[in-house]
Amino acid sequence: MIQNIPLSYYLVISTLMFFIGIYGFLTRRNLITMLMSVELILNSVNINFVAFNRYLYPQQLQGHFFTLIVVAVAAAESAVAIAIIINIYRNFKSVDVENVDEMKY
Amino acid sequence: MADYTYTLLIPLIPFFVFLLLGLQGHKMKPFIAGLIGTSGLGIGAILSYATAFRYFVSEHVAGTGYTSIKAFEVTWLHLTDKLTINLGVLIDPISVMMLVVITTVSLMVHIYSIGYMKGDPGFYRFFSFLSLFSFSMLGLVLATNIFQMYIFWELVGVSSFLLIGYYYEKPSAVAASKKAFIVTRFADLGFLIGILMLSFTTGTFDFQTLTNPAGPAIASKGGAVFMGMSLLAWSLILIFVGGAGKSAMFPLHIWLPDAMEGPTPVSALIHAATMVVAGVYLVARLFPVYALGAPDALHVVAWVGGFSSIFAAVIACTQTDIKRILAFSTMSQIGYMMLSLGVSGFGGEEGLGFMASNFHLFTHAMFKALLFLGAGAVIHAVHTNEITGMGGLRKYMPFTHITFLIACITIAGIPPFSAFFSKDEILVAAFHSNKLLFAIEFIVAGLTAFYMFRLYYGIFWGKDRHYHHTPHEAPYVMTVPLMVLAFGSIFAGFLPFHNLVTSDGLPLETHTEWMIAIPSVLIGLLGIIIATVMYKSETAIPDKVAGTLKHLYKWAHRKFYMDEVYLFVTRKIIYRYISEPIAWFDRHIIDGTMNGIAGVTQYTSVAIKEFQSGKLQQYGYVFISGTVILVLIFVYLF
Repeated sequence: MIQNIPLSYYLVISTLMFFIGIYGFLTRRNLITMLMSVELILNSVNINFVAFNRYLYPQQLQGHFFTLIVVAVAAAESAVAIAIIINIYRNFKSVDVENVDEMKY
Repeated sequence: MADYTYTLLIPLIPFFVFLLLGLQGHKMKPFIAGLIGTSGLGIGAILSYATAFRYFVSEHVAGTGYTSIKAFEVTWLHLTDKLTINLGVLIDPISVMMLVVITTVSLMVHIYSIGYMKGDPGFYRFFSFLSLFSFSMLGLVLATNIFQMYIFWELVGVSSFLLIGYYYEKPSAVAASKKAFIVTRFADLGFLIGILMLSFTTGTFDFQTLTNPAGPAIASKGGAVFMGMSLLAWSLILIFVGGAGKSAMFPLHIWLPDAMEGPTPVSALIHAATMVVAGVYLVARLFPVYALGAPDALHVVAWVGGFSSIFAAVIACTQTDIKRILAFSTMSQIGYMMLSLGVSGFGGEEGLGFMASNFHLFTHAMFKALLFLGAGAVIHAVHTNEITGMGGLRKYMPFTHITFLIACITIAGIPPFSAFFSKDEILVAAFHSNKLLFAIEFIVAGLTAFYMFRLYYGIFWGKDRHYHHTPHEAPYVMTVPLMVLAFGSIFAGFLPFHNLVTSDGLPLETHTEWMIAIPSVLIGLLGIIIATVMYKSETAIPDKVAGTLKHLYKWAHRKFYMDEVYLFVTRKIIYRYISEPIAWFDRHIIDGTMNGIAGVTQYTSVAIKEFQSGKLQQYGYVFISGTVILVLIFVYLF
């Protein structure tokens, strides 16, 4: 049963997801992949919320609701991000982040 | 006491004419612009004559003589309750006399300029500057206090600068205008310091209070003594430095010959008849303070005037540019006026020199303006300033010839022409005061006659030169002013000046002293005869004389190297030992500090701008490593 799984399992998964996300964000050159990495980071945080809520305060539901809000905001955010990426593609004919360095000194 | 408020219009009309012509003149036809300028001055002249007539006829009170009237006054700057700067109109014998002189000469010059400047592209500009000058000069003579006089004094300097540099395409004219402005401005520094010292000792700027014999200026007897002279005497000497700068007294005269680069009517108006006598007017205005408060300062005035007059007369004998000869002649005649003020005392018989000086100022304005306008007509006809390029013009230019001759006889002091009377009074005043100064002036009288007739014969007699075209008489618009001024030169001497313009306002009994008048006429005639022998027909005598007096001739011809002395002092001493170190300090220390700050900022920004790479992942990397470092620090600390 779910109660038999210790909290640390969730935290390990979430930490792994978080650092995979950061690693992807810093190393991938494709903007879409970077966006996916950002989503990984967000979702690792969501797992934390839910897990802590379930294990520390089982009577309360704030963690769950907060996760739902984060999911909703993340959906909106990825819509905006994809719109930006499409515009970048129209301007640069590529979605490689290396090409998008116009905003320097 | 009658109401003289309308005299305010005399300076204001030229001012509005200046604004009108300066702002709208380029849209007008030249003739219309000239007509507006001339009629503005014409109204001023009529008002001045009316004022003079009313004042001299109706203001005379038996026993106390002419009083000074403050016709109008407003407080312009209210600094403290005790210290205010006012603007107003002061009516007294000398200011009324100056009104007549300025408006008459200025009106004649305006009329003449319509002919002389015909076809010049800057016609309206010329007339607007002339109006500005007339406004400034009239404001100067009507000033009620010394500060107002200083303001207009500077305005006069500016208009002189503008008019000398009228032909601004000519580098020599530009250089001359700058020279005139800088030299007179330098002298005005003395004037300003003098004003400050004078008002410090006396606590007032007002002329009526200053010149009141019972007032604080004279009663104080000058205050603290510095280097053997009182503070009052020093302040008056400094004020005289300003006057000497404007009046081209030695050693501040160097700008006047160069100022002849301006159009000839300007030379006639500014550098002969009106502006250059501002210094004389200044001393005359403060005369009671000089005479009663600090006679030491008056001695300085007398000796500077005397030296300048002989210095300029000697130079004038050797020059060949006709306008420069007249310029040095002006300087010499103003020296006469200064000397005459310097030897005068205050009140009664003692005040003869004061009267003579103003009298000579009046007659000089007439005949010197006439000489300059005549010279202008000649230059207009032959297109050269050099006396060597002229000769035999009497056949071609009869009116100019006759009027020029009248002016030459007048300046030579032959009776009954006007300068005989005024010069005679000056010689009498000098004779009773200081025999050495009298001797100088006596010699100058002879020299004056000599160089004026050298000029006259050089222009109108001798052989014809090769002219570009046959010289022709000037148009009537130019010859009529000549005739009016010739009339003034002949008859101005009969004005009863000794009743009108005196140091204390009371009439003065004068009588011709034949012991002085006859020798002075004789030396004038002698000068004329020598000039006739030497220059009437071209002979070898002038060259022989120049050869005999080789060194003196060379020195006088080079104006005693005064320009070179000035250049030496400014270039070699002031520039090298004062200006250059200051410039070095400015360039290296002041600018160095500023440039250093800017340089450091720029260097830093170049060094750190690489961080702003525009690469998203680099930013992310920096951000995350920063976070990690902070997290590690906080974990370690807590």
